[in-house]
Amino acid sequence: MAGGAFAEAGADLELIGISKRFPGFTAIEELDLRIPAGSFFALLGPSGCGKTTTLRLVAGLEEPTTGRILIGGKDVTNVKSFKRPVNTVFQSYALFPHMTVLENVAFGLRRRNIADPVGKAHEALRLVELDHLAARRPLQLSGGQQQRVALARAIVNRPALLLLDEPLGALDLKLRRQMQLELKSIQNEVGLTFLHVTHDQEEAMTMADTVAVMNRGQIEQMGAPEELYELPKTSFVANFLGQSNLFTGPVTSSTGSSIVVDVAGVKVEVPKDRAQRHAGEVTVGVRPEKLMLHTSAPKQSAGSNSLGPGRVTDVSFSGVSTQYQIAIPGIGLVTVFAQNMVFGPVVNLGSAAWVSWSVEHGFGLLDEPERAPRFAADTDTATIAMQTRHELLAEIEEA
Amino acid sequence: MAFAAFGSAPAGTSGVEQAPRRRSRVALILLAPGLAYLALFFLTPLVSLVLTSFQAPVEFGDVGQYQPAFKIENYAVVVEAYWPHFLRAFGYALAATFFALIISYPLAYFIGVKARRWPLLQALMLTLVIAPFFISFLLRTLAWKSLMSDDTPLVIALKALSILPPDGHLTGTAFSVIFGLTYNFIPFMTLPIYTTLERLDTRYLEAGSDLYAGPATTFWRVTLPLSLPGIVSGTLLTFIPAAGDYINASASFLGSAQTSMVGNAIEANFLGLLNYPAASALSVILMGLILIIVGVYVKRSGTEDLL
Repeated sequence: MAGGAFAEAGADLELIGISKRFPGFTAIEELDLRIPAGSFFALLGPSGCGKTTTLRLVAGLEEPTTGRILIGGKDVTNVKSFKRPVNTVFQSYALFPHMTVLENVAFGLRRRNIADPVGKAHEALRLVELDHLAARRPLQLSGGQQQRVALARAIVNRPALLLLDEPLGALDLKLRRQMQLELKSIQNEVGLTFLHVTHDQEEAMTMADTVAVMNRGQIEQMGAPEELYELPKTSFVANFLGQSNLFTGPVTSSTGSSIVVDVAGVKVEVPKDRAQRHAGEVTVGVRPEKLMLHTSAPKQSAGSNSLGPGRVTDVSFSGVSTQYQIAIPGIGLVTVFAQNMVFGPVVNLGSAAWVSWSVEHGFGLLDEPERAPRFAADTDTATIAMQTRHELLAEIEEA
Repeated sequence: MAFAAFGSAPAGTSGVEQAPRRRSRVALILLAPGLAYLALFFLTPLVSLVLTSFQAPVEFGDVGQYQPAFKIENYAVVVEAYWPHFLRAFGYALAATFFALIISYPLAYFIGVKARRWPLLQALMLTLVIAPFFISFLLRTLAWKSLMSDDTPLVIALKALSILPPDGHLTGTAFSVIFGLTYNFIPFMTLPIYTTLERLDTRYLEAGSDLYAGPATTFWRVTLPLSLPGIVSGTLLTFIPAAGDYINASASFLGSAQTSMVGNAIEANFLGLLNYPAASALSVILMGLILIIVGVYVKRSGTEDLL
């Protein structure tokens, strides 16, 4: 693959039964993954979940213990990294400190004897808006600029598969947004396959067509960002991708379209097509922004679930929305995101509150009950402290 | 300028961070002992050396009696008499530097990069590199002499294999002198290279491999330029003392009259012939030549990109 012209288009990437064991621990366990050509695929997971190892296996910087790697249908498992049609944007950038920015970008082109390496390198630098710094050394640039040079150095080679290892980590929010859009437009423009590894769920969701959530060396769930967000299958996905309120209880009855779960004595209804399991002990959940906050007990109606009363233990204002923590006896803490449609918090710290949500917003998880998170005692220490404080305040007012 | 090369800062960082210089009274007081030392033990002998090099013999005086003069012919005389010694000195030193580099680089690379996963092995190998220092280098050089002198198993074997002619010798040849110099200066070459390679970020090598450079290209384009500061210090630490060396090339060690270097000429003039002006003139010329060579070398290696 090395030598010759640019890749015409992106290539499929296929991982078949990949395992990677290091002395003492297993980084990846029996991973199967197929990334179609031209897609923007994100591997999302916490640090240590095996996502970077997966990337290094694809780049050829590590050898899998078992399994095969196919790029564009060709088995590259035993192909050395410098012969793979793959380029990486490293998390550490790994820009050569002894070369100018321009020579860094032209490095891959020169190695493959591609015509006009300097012209093409300038073009790539213009794309990341750094052409005016072409003569500088990488260490004379800021972190964000170095990251963009690393990006240019990889993209300039037009690899069939571009690997991105947390490439936007060092950028500030504004520049990160800009680079996200730019990356996306580059990907659309040249039709390359992008494999993006990140622990930033927002980045994964805004950029990728398909997101795979990785945990402990395995893919927990894979799909379009909306799908993953709307219908998480495991409690790990439900909590890693955004936040979730999860409740565990046995299924007590089941109608044609929904199941009813008994959560600490309260009936919670979940649509059958949004629940992974329909019997036994199940964990159900709802996203915080789907919850409605009430200051009095909401009327029981057919299409909605409600929990309460609870006590508001935390109110944090974050601009467009306010996050409330409500401690409900027997259930635990429930998080609510409320859009700031009116000024100031709707409910005050310490006051009683109820929450409700439409049945269609709930989801049921696949997790076995023992894997579901165990809830803390009815009232945690923060709640107890808050209640004591209010009691004391009341006493002071009375006195 | 030359001293900057000894501090083996990784390429690219030098010059970026320079603490602003503050001249204060405290700094001057702190510097005073050092300056006094330099003035007494470096500047005074240097001036004395230069003055001696112009001295003329006292008329009808004893051997070794000289008086202040401005006899610039001393320089012409010593160049005339000892130019082959200069050629040999720089030739042998260059060869020894080259061989020491060829031997030390892979060694330093193994200790600094390959052995990173085994810190114990790394420490052991470093100790082995330094271990020869525990024995006087005179003894070690004498040991080599007895190993390589005539009728030793080594020489007999070489003669049997027709590598050495029947009447050939190992000691007293250019080979044995260069061998001795190379051997004696290997630690000085290995340690600075090791320090730069030990800090070499292997992620650069991965980046090279990712950008279609095979192992050889990655070494040539990435590893070698990044270890250049170590190579410059190592070669200077080898070349400068080797050019002035007079032990290895002396007839009582590995050399003979045919291999004598400028150091031997200085020694002979100073201690044997008691011709102090000639010895001083030789020393001044040697110092000047080394300064010029080192200056050009440091300047070139510092600015060239090797690309």
